[in-house]
Amino acid sequence: MALLEIRNLTVRFDTSNGAFTAVDGVDLSVDAREVLAIVGESGSGKSVAMLAVMGLLPDTATVTADAMLYDGRDLLQMPVAERQKLIGRKITMIFQEPVASLNPSFTVGFQIEEVLHFNMGLNRRAARVRAVELFQAVGIPEPEIKLDAYPHQLSGGQCQRVMIAMAIASNPRLLIADEPTTALDVTIQKQILDLLMDLQEKHGMALILITHDMGVVAETADRVIVQYKGRKVEEADVLSLFENPQNAYTRALLSALPENATGDRLPTVAEFMAAETLA
Amino acid sequence: MTEAPVRLTDAAIRRQMLAEFWFYFRQNRGAVIGMWVFLVLVFVAVFAQVIAPHDPTQQYRDALLIPPFWQDDGQARFLLGTDAVGRDMLSRLIHGAQYSLFIGIVVVAIALVGGIFVGLLAGFYGGWVDTVIMRVMDVILAFPSLLLALVLVAVLGPGLTNAMIAIAIVYQPHFARLTRAAVMGEKEREYVTAAKVAGAGKLRLMFKTILPNCLAPLIVQATLSFSSAVLDSAALGFLGMGAQPPASEWGTMLAEAREFILRAWWVVTLPGLAILISVLAINLVGDGLRDALDPKLKRS
Repeated sequence: MALLEIRNLTVRFDTSNGAFTAVDGVDLSVDAREVLAIVGESGSGKSVAMLAVMGLLPDTATVTADAMLYDGRDLLQMPVAERQKLIGRKITMIFQEPVASLNPSFTVGFQIEEVLHFNMGLNRRAARVRAVELFQAVGIPEPEIKLDAYPHQLSGGQCQRVMIAMAIASNPRLLIADEPTTALDVTIQKQILDLLMDLQEKHGMALILITHDMGVVAETADRVIVQYKGRKVEEADVLSLFENPQNAYTRALLSALPENATGDRLPTVAEFMAAETLA
Repeated sequence: MTEAPVRLTDAAIRRQMLAEFWFYFRQNRGAVIGMWVFLVLVFVAVFAQVIAPHDPTQQYRDALLIPPFWQDDGQARFLLGTDAVGRDMLSRLIHGAQYSLFIGIVVVAIALVGGIFVGLLAGFYGGWVDTVIMRVMDVILAFPSLLLALVLVAVLGPGLTNAMIAIAIVYQPHFARLTRAAVMGEKEREYVTAAKVAGAGKLRLMFKTILPNCLAPLIVQATLSFSSAVLDSAALGFLGMGAQPPASEWGTMLAEAREFILRAWWVVTLPGLAILISVLAINLVGDGLRDALDPKLKRS
């Protein structure tokens, strides 16, 4: 049985120009210990779908799904309190902007200890000890000292490590990473991805990686879902996707990788698709 | 920003933050002067019983309208002269400082607590909650503040307590608006979403996650309102709606002295000066606080 199984997920937003469908009938499933990548360009609804799972969308959004099963239980049917208990403990999420994801008014140690205190029921001293362990686990040097730092005193990469530490604090079974490396520079990106993969293996978590970086996908994912304009256009394991993409959009996306460039400039996705329909 | 954080105890961190604050605050010389004046004012108010040479309500019938000591018929025992019923001006001014600080603190506390609560609700929930709260605030703001305070006191009955309540109600919308604006800006930030993911409830999000990040403008507004509260309560006192005689509240003193403006300048000038100096000092401190607390003005 899949750890998370979503059937026919649709998310609509009420806007001043009428309803806008951000996610249109998407199915997806993640097994335990699996790394699933969701790729697509901006506005393809990949983040919105995951925010819907977490229940983080604003009130203007309408979420419907035939099923949204976590471990066989439907997230949409269960009482709010029960869902709250799963979200943040068994399903956690990290975001794109690590520095903005931490409360600037408190030290990072205080914030992570708060999570440990409330979600794990640890007392203050135990939380401190566990926080140091977690910081070591995510590779923050001098954890005892860094715990007393404010977010603005840490670099972006370190803040993302803090966020990851918070996300794995409750030993989650599913971690959703929403473009975790987009705001970081290339060398740090690599380190953060390595860290995520390492933790995923060690803790046996499932990982959903939302990204638009095909390089990241190739390096990390077991399986890939390609989303375009709110629809799932292709789903395949990572090797067959790169070797033999079925969908025109996927081919266009892959051909837009810099290493596939022929000539002076890269074709845009739209140009490529137009050329393909002609040929 | 780049220096490595060193191992610090909680107290040391607090000391470091204070040092940083003081560094920025010190750059504004007016603010530092204002702070010293304010500290003197606090000292005078706290130790009024000890400092004041006379009882503020004691009437010396043999010494009516004695001018300050440096004038020809001044007396050394009444340094700043006496008023129309022979009370020592200096002692009354010193005791008046108590009233002013008390009024400032109480008014700002009531307005701040009420304004923050209402503003948080409006900013956090939005929608009809926001509309209802902010339209009520708009109605309050539509009145000239002193006029509204007067009406409220007229309804509640004259007296210092009612005057303070009235002024606090008049000031509350400023805090509510400021809080609402700050909350609306902060609640879309990612750390709030992250806190939601971690399972924070609505109250916790409002008061623990968002509110601390909205405090800087509120602190500034609070200091500036402090001085306006002193001023407004003096105005109410002057109109006979605030502190009642024989209280030595500065505004009330001014009102009592009105008829002697031409004969005895000190009975009107001195309370006026006291109000002017304290309000000016507090305003200067408020300006300095704004400079020190505004992250945009910081060199990081």
